Amino acid sequence: MLSTEIGPGAVTAPAPVPDRRHRARRLTLALLLLLILTCILSLTTGASQASLWRALTHLYDGQELTTMDQIVLLDIRLPRLCMGILVGAALAVSGAVMQGLFRNPLADPGIVGVSAGAGLAAICAIVLGAFLPLSLQKILGSALVPVAAFLGGWGSTLLLYRVSTRGGQTSVATMLLAGIALGALAGAASGVLVYYSDDNQLRDLTFWGMGSLAGATWAKVLAALPIIGLALAAAPFLARGLNGMALGEAAAGHIGIPVQRVKNSAILAVAGATGAAVAVSGGIGFIGIVVPHLLRLATGPDHHSLLPNAALLGAALLLAADMIARVVVAPAELPIGIITAILGAPVFLWILLRRRGELSI
Amino acid sequence: MTQPPPSATAQLQAIDITVQLGRRQVLRQVNFTATAGRVTAIVGPNGSGKTTLLRAMTGEVAHSGQVYLNGADTARLSPWELAAVRAVQPQSSTIAFPFTVLEIVRLGLSAGLSAADSHVPLQALEAVGLHGFSGRMYQDLSGGEQQRVQLARVITQVWEPMVDGAPRWLILDEPVASLDIGHQFTVMDLTRNYAARGGGVVAVMHDLNLTAMFADHVVLMQAGAVAATGTPQEVLTDETLARTYSCPVPVNTTPPDKIPFLLPQARRRSSPVST
Repeated sequence: MLSTEIGPGAVTAPAPVPDRRHRARRLTLALLLLLILTCILSLTTGASQASLWRALTHLYDGQELTTMDQIVLLDIRLPRLCMGILVGAALAVSGAVMQGLFRNPLADPGIVGVSAGAGLAAICAIVLGAFLPLSLQKILGSALVPVAAFLGGWGSTLLLYRVSTRGGQTSVATMLLAGIALGALAGAASGVLVYYSDDNQLRDLTFWGMGSLAGATWAKVLAALPIIGLALAAAPFLARGLNGMALGEAAAGHIGIPVQRVKNSAILAVAGATGAAVAVSGGIGFIGIVVPHLLRLATGPDHHSLLPNAALLGAALLLAADMIARVVVAPAELPIGIITAILGAPVFLWILLRRRGELSI
Repeated sequence: MTQPPPSATAQLQAIDITVQLGRRQVLRQVNFTATAGRVTAIVGPNGSGKTTLLRAMTGEVAHSGQVYLNGADTARLSPWELAAVRAVQPQSSTIAFPFTVLEIVRLGLSAGLSAADSHVPLQALEAVGLHGFSGRMYQDLSGGEQQRVQLARVITQVWEPMVDGAPRWLILDEPVASLDIGHQFTVMDLTRNYAARGGGVVAVMHDLNLTAMFADHVVLMQAGAVAATGTPQEVLTDETLARTYSCPVPVNTTPPDKIPFLLPQARRRSSPVST
C-alpha cells in the first residue's frame, strides 16, 4: 500500500500531457483565416458582375469606381457581409452559452423557442409600433425592432429556465417540450398579427418566416451592432462560470463561481445576441447547435476557447451559407434558413441519436 | 449574533442548525464542531441527516442557525472567499460535456480551466491513484474512478492545508462510497495526511470500520439529531451502535467459526502510515 503524500514537491513533477488548449489556440488562428477568406469570397460572389478584384484593380489604376460597382459593393454586399458576420457570430455564441447554461448540447435558441419569442416581439413591434406614442417612436427609431426582439428573447429564455430547472437540475425533456409550446404560441400570435398588418408591414413580416440576409442595410447593421457587440463582449467573462456550471450548480458555487450572477448574465447575453440577430435577419436555425458541437468535437468543451471560436466559425459558416443561397438559384435567391436547416438538421438528429440513452425522453 | 470563541479560528462550527424539507424536520437544532488538524467523521444510519448536515454547512440547503468557518460567518462570505478556504466533494457528479480528466481537475484551480500551467492537478491525480489518466474522457471512467477524479479536483482547490497560518478544509460526502478496498485506503490515507499537515477534514462516512481506523473525532447522527460525539473509542461501542442502528453490532468480537472476516486494521502494524 502506498502511503500518499500530498503537497507541492511531494511527487516529482510529471511530464506535461498533450493538451487540447494548444490545439484550440491553433484552431482560432485557422478559423480567423477561414473567416477572412470567406469575407473576400462573399464580396466577390453575386448576381451582379461587380467584383472586388475589378474594384481593386480600378482603384490601383487610379480610376474612379463606376456608380454601379459602388452601389453593389458598398451599399449591398458590404452591409450584407457585416450583417452576416454579426448574425453568424451572435447565433453561434448564443447557442454555446445557452448549452453551457442548460448543461446540455441540445439547447439552442432556435430549437427551444427563444428565437420564436424574439420573433414574436419583433412582429409586435412592426405591426403595433405605430400605436406607440410618437415621442417614444422617435427615441427608439430603427432600434425599436431589435430592442423589442431582445426583450422577447429575454422573456422567453427566463420563462424556459424557470419551467425546466428545478433545484439546479435542468430537465431536457421539459426544456424541449416547453420550447415546442413556446414556438407554437409565438407562431399563433404572429399569425393573428399578420391579419392586422397592412401591405408594407406584410412584406416585412414575410421576411421573418424565411430568415435572410437579403434585407441588409447599414441602418440594420448599426441597429444590431451595439446589442450583439455587447453580448459578444460579455461572453469571455462567462467562460469560467460556464465551465464550472458543467459540474452542476452546487459544485460550481463551491469552486467560487457566483452562480446566480453567471446565470443572469448568460440569459441576458443569449437574449441580446439572439434577439438582435432575429430582429435583423429573421429565424435562421441550427447555426447555434452545429457550430458549438463541431468545435467541442475538435477541441473540447472549454468555454474559454469555445466561445471565441464559435463566433469565428459561426460567422464564416453563415457567410458560406449566404453565398450558397445567392448562387444556387441565381439570379433569384434562396432564403438562407433553408440552407442552414439542410446543413443543421441532420447534425441535430445525430446528436440526439448519440445521446438517446442519457436523455430518457 | 453570538460571537464564536477565539479558539474557533481553526474550526468549522455549526450552531443550532435546523433544516425543514417540506413538512419534515430533517435536522433539529444540531450543533457540530470540527477542529483543523483532525479527521472528523459524520456517521449514522440512512436518513439520519448526515448528508443534509453537510449540505447545510456548505450552504446547499436552506437552514436556520449559523455556520462559522475559521471564525467567520459563512453566510457573509462570497463564493470565491469560501472557495479559497474550503473545497467540497459531492456524493456523485455527472458532467454535462466531454471534458478530459485533467480538464475537470483543473477546474479546481482558482483561475479555472485555463489557469497558468500548474503541476498541482497532475500531482493531485497521482495522489488519488489516477496517474496516467489525465487525457482520458471523464465520461468513459467507472464510478469509482470518477469519484477519485472529483476528489483530485477538490484537493487541487485547497492543495496547501495551511495558508498564512489558517487551515483550509476538505469537506467530503462519502468519499470512499464506490471505491475498492485498496483505493479506500489511498483516499483515507490522503485525508489523514491532510489533517496531519494542519488542514481540516470533515467526511460523511458509511463504513464504521474505516471510520474507526481513520477518524479522530466521530459525530453519530440519529433521526436528525446528534446521538453521540467523541473519539471512535467513545462513540463506536456495542451499546451506542445497537441503539442507533437498531440492530446488534458487536464491537471487537470475533464472529463464529467458518465466517471469514477481514482485519484491515492489521495493516497498521505492517505498514505504518506517516503522520
